[in-house]
Amino acid sequence: MKIAIASGKGGTGKSFIATNLAYALSENLQVSLVDCDVEEPNAYLFLNPEFKEKKDITVKVPVIDNSKCTGCRLCSTHCEFHALITVKDKTYVFEDLCHGCGFCMRICPHGAIGEKDKIVGEFSYGFVGRMDFYMGKMKVGTELATPVIRYVKNQVKDRGVVIFDSPPGTSCPVVETIESCDFVVLVTEPSPFGLNDLKLAVETVRSLGLRFGVVENRAMEGVNIIKDYLNREDIPLLSEIPLDREIAEVYSHGKLAVREIPSYRDKFLKIYDEIVKRVEL
Amino acid sequence: MKELVVISGKGGTGKTTFVLALGSIFKGSVLADCDVDAADMFLVLNPEVKESYDFSGGKKAFIDKTNCTECGKCIEVCEYDAISPDFVVDEVKCEGCGSCVYFCPEKTIEFNEVVSGKVFISETRLGPFVHARLKPGMENSGKLVSKVRNEAKKIAIEKGKEIILTDGSPGVGCPVISSISGADYVVVITEPTVSGIHDLERVIDLLQHFKITGGVVVNKWDLNPDKSLEIEGFCERLGVDFLGKIPYKIEDVLNAMNNSQTVIEYNPDCEVAKAIKNISARLRNILNN
Repeated sequence: MKIAIASGKGGTGKSFIATNLAYALSENLQVSLVDCDVEEPNAYLFLNPEFKEKKDITVKVPVIDNSKCTGCRLCSTHCEFHALITVKDKTYVFEDLCHGCGFCMRICPHGAIGEKDKIVGEFSYGFVGRMDFYMGKMKVGTELATPVIRYVKNQVKDRGVVIFDSPPGTSCPVVETIESCDFVVLVTEPSPFGLNDLKLAVETVRSLGLRFGVVENRAMEGVNIIKDYLNREDIPLLSEIPLDREIAEVYSHGKLAVREIPSYRDKFLKIYDEIVKRVEL
Repeated sequence: MKELVVISGKGGTGKTTFVLALGSIFKGSVLADCDVDAADMFLVLNPEVKESYDFSGGKKAFIDKTNCTECGKCIEVCEYDAISPDFVVDEVKCEGCGSCVYFCPEKTIEFNEVVSGKVFISETRLGPFVHARLKPGMENSGKLVSKVRNEAKKIAIEKGKEIILTDGSPGVGCPVISSISGADYVVVITEPTVSGIHDLERVIDLLQHFKITGGVVVNKWDLNPDKSLEIEGFCERLGVDFLGKIPYKIEDVLNAMNNSQTVIEYNPDCEVAKAIKNISARLRNILNN
């Protein structure tokens, strides 16, 4: 089963939920954790995996053979991403803007465009006890997260429970992460910002036709801004994690709540039960 | 005119709360919300929208089946596996490169601009405000970010405003790069947690990569005073300004947000407001020099 942990707003506790859930489940189940928040991957800081493999992630970008280029501009006028520019009879490539579509190579009548690998990130694979751990880390200065996420997702062995830690937001990197999952857990917090961003995230998962539920993090007694919305929209509340300075401090040290505060183990196992119930429906 | 952009590697460290507070302190500045995935500033600003328009960040292919001979050329040239075996383009997977359109022998693939978001230009009690909304699942948020910043600059020039306060997006990718390129000064808000520090290092790396000057603010510093000190030391080592720290007082921040107020409007004497005022004084000096 594939479960994505996502949120519209950043910093609501995606990685907190993903790491604690994966760790609690790994005591009795085959679990993989996949960190797809490739711009800022954090899960490894909490799980300290033993890495077995690290590999560069590359994309293909064009290389111009200027001895063959006649400056006809066919490639540069057709590149929708403005990654090519022809000045006089020479063509230049802006590698960061390239989406790797290969159009320029196919269209060049002079065979002047070849391709080369450009490093856009790093893939790591390892173990946390019996848990499989996968991570993508985008190279700083690179623009596009999606190729890195796609590569990491393709490496994952589909066995047992696979938990994907998604990037925040609602744009393409999020869709790339969650689209093939059986269930999406949206993490939010009880504030007007949290609610607004949750609504956008709900719109995104609904447009993809995915099953989903919500975990309210930093919940406060008597504050019902999230719960009222979920009731109105008939969205299941999977769990509430209370606002608790102790958790924030445990987290700040890079430790896991389920390991430091025993009562949290059952709380996270129950989130999984709630998910299973809804996936099997 | 100076543009100050506030970003954070890690999400949820308090960017928006901080920018709004600065908006209260530097009253009359132009405000720009570039966190187009999760734009929240409008919730506190209650903007009076003066102008809005659709934004198109790119094109998508659409196969008109009437003349399609199902030759398969489009599938062959698509690097994104966006065309199904029965010749339907998956709108999410299509990146709009136009290869299929060009190579289709029957010329039966349409290639149209798609609306990916909306831009809003407004007046607020704190000053002119530009924000945008990206349609969920859309790409090109980088282009939308550039659009918002350009509109803000236009307003600042027209109205003779001295400061633009821009709320950036989390991460280090395309929308962030679009938020900071050409900015006069970037403030990075972080928190004293292992993940906060990890993400801060990557953002500083990004600033140095693009040769942009900036400084660091630690929010919720008292959550972990040791890590907060570590960040101060880290800034000194890298030659990045350490601008100050804000205490963890979630009630003040939440109460302000629930009242649709900035923390300065909510209670100018609360600890969070005082800390931000101190930081703003340093920022004013930096912007004046």
